[in-house]
Amino acid sequence: METRLSNYYEKGIKYFFGLIAGTSILLLFLIFSLLFREGLGVFSNVGVTNFILGTRWLPVSETPFFGALPMIIGSIIVTLGAGMLAIPAGISIAVYLAEVAPRSVREVAKAVIELLAGIPSVVYGFLGLTVLAPVIKDLLNLPSALTAFTAALVLAIMSLPTVVSISEDALDAVPREYREASLALGATKWETTVKIVLPSARSGLMAASMLGLGRAIGETMAVLMVAGNAMIIPHFIFDPVRTITASIAAEMGETVQGGLHYQALFGLGVVLFTITFVINLITDLIFTRTSSVKRGTSL
Amino acid sequence: MLKKWSRMSLTLVSLLLAAGLVVGCGNGDNKEQRQQNGSEFSGSIEVNGSTTVTPIAQGWAETFNAENPEVDVVISGTGSGNGIAALINGTTDIAMASREIKDDEKSQIQGEVKEYVVGLDALAVTVHKDNPVQSLSLAQLKDIFTGKITNWKDVGGSDAKILVYTRDSSSGTYEYFKESVLEDEEFAGNARSAASNAAMANSIKGEETAIGYVGLAFVDSSVKALPVSAEGKSPVEPTVENAKSGEYPIVRELNMYTVGEAEGIAKDYLDFGLSTDGQDIVEEVGYIRID
Repeated sequence: METRLSNYYEKGIKYFFGLIAGTSILLLFLIFSLLFREGLGVFSNVGVTNFILGTRWLPVSETPFFGALPMIIGSIIVTLGAGMLAIPAGISIAVYLAEVAPRSVREVAKAVIELLAGIPSVVYGFLGLTVLAPVIKDLLNLPSALTAFTAALVLAIMSLPTVVSISEDALDAVPREYREASLALGATKWETTVKIVLPSARSGLMAASMLGLGRAIGETMAVLMVAGNAMIIPHFIFDPVRTITASIAAEMGETVQGGLHYQALFGLGVVLFTITFVINLITDLIFTRTSSVKRGTSL
Repeated sequence: MLKKWSRMSLTLVSLLLAAGLVVGCGNGDNKEQRQQNGSEFSGSIEVNGSTTVTPIAQGWAETFNAENPEVDVVISGTGSGNGIAALINGTTDIAMASREIKDDEKSQIQGEVKEYVVGLDALAVTVHKDNPVQSLSLAQLKDIFTGKITNWKDVGGSDAKILVYTRDSSSGTYEYFKESVLEDEEFAGNARSAASNAAMANSIKGEETAIGYVGLAFVDSSVKALPVSAEGKSPVEPTVENAKSGEYPIVRELNMYTVGEAEGIAKDYLDFGLSTDGQDIVEEVGYIRID
């Protein structure tokens, strides 16, 4: 009797968790289909190439234009800029925490850095606008500091916690025997770190970088506040840019549901989704490739 | 994004206010008073639309509510287009708009659309305090904002590139400026867009070569509001008096729309708004009275 009861109990739990997992997948599917259902209209009305490669975005004009290229390039530039700042800095911090810092410092520092991830993005944007922008303007003698560079800098600070936290985990997961063997063979601590630990952790470091980029490209508030929002293809890092996310946020309020402008904003959502999907795919490929290589050779 | 937040908080505040009034006044009320007030004076109306008109609607609602405690006026500042869209969908009683309703919007509404002009708003062209330019003509403004003039020296200033600021296309202010000053041409491609009047003011305060436009109510001493001259006329300072007399060229009507003649609470609310007391409030929040 008791075994039957616990059997039901087990089954109940199993189905409960199955249901929850199923709901989240269903939700994802619904979001996905909504995005495409609402967004595909613009691709058929405007044309895929006109939408993605068009350079004029005049959604409320008498003859509207829906060319998203300035925003696509804007998003990519800001994201890459943020990555170029956040990834080297993040990995360096992770190396310090994992390899150099004493345990006490490491525990505290990691907690503090992870706390940074909890600050709402609008706060970063506000600090960027009121503190960072005037400083950059004066330092670099620019007419205005609301540029791609400022946006990239703010995004870099925002994605730093992600990069540091995951990189540190990856470095931590490198077996101690590797380090001991290297040191025993006479390598210095620096040589061990650069030639043994970092290469061993490279899949984790790649994942950290990609997740950092993912965090940056999806960010809205902070970018809207500091990027300057000019609908042009930027020629250099101190031009103002408009990102995909900023456009969706700024323009969604005024669109008539089902109208072409509305569809165009969902179309932008589809483009953004595709970009993040590709980033995730690359991360996944790196993960599976390196982990199977590892299994094949080192064990 | 500041705009979104302020919209959300505005909605929240108005909801809380309405709730607070209902609860606060409910205690002292008795049935007799309710009967005296009559059915017209209980219930709620929705007012939705332009963030420019929201302060007026808000001010009216506060006084109106104090006089008619059984009435809830629920206000959402969501933008002119959204307000009119809500009127089309039938989800609001009154739409606020800082522009005229468009013909294609009108055609989507069954029944006659009634327009109430509730006040006037002037747009001021603002530049940095240290900018030596003394005034601009409408033609010069058009060339600057469409990107034909790109250097301050072409309009009597120092040799520096002009940083053009505009608003997001979802703002009624954007549409009005585009229509009246740019004569429906497009803004320069490299114009930066500010998400709110406050963001615009913040940028122009700090950037020596910037130019932008804000509602007259948002001008303060931290920026310079330029006198503007219409064709063949002398420059006019952007002041309330000049806007009212029609001398200042960039003035617009602030409107509220209903489907058919306003009835019941909506009518009382609008009647109050157009009365002297209501118009005092229009002036208080920084716009120009129409009576």
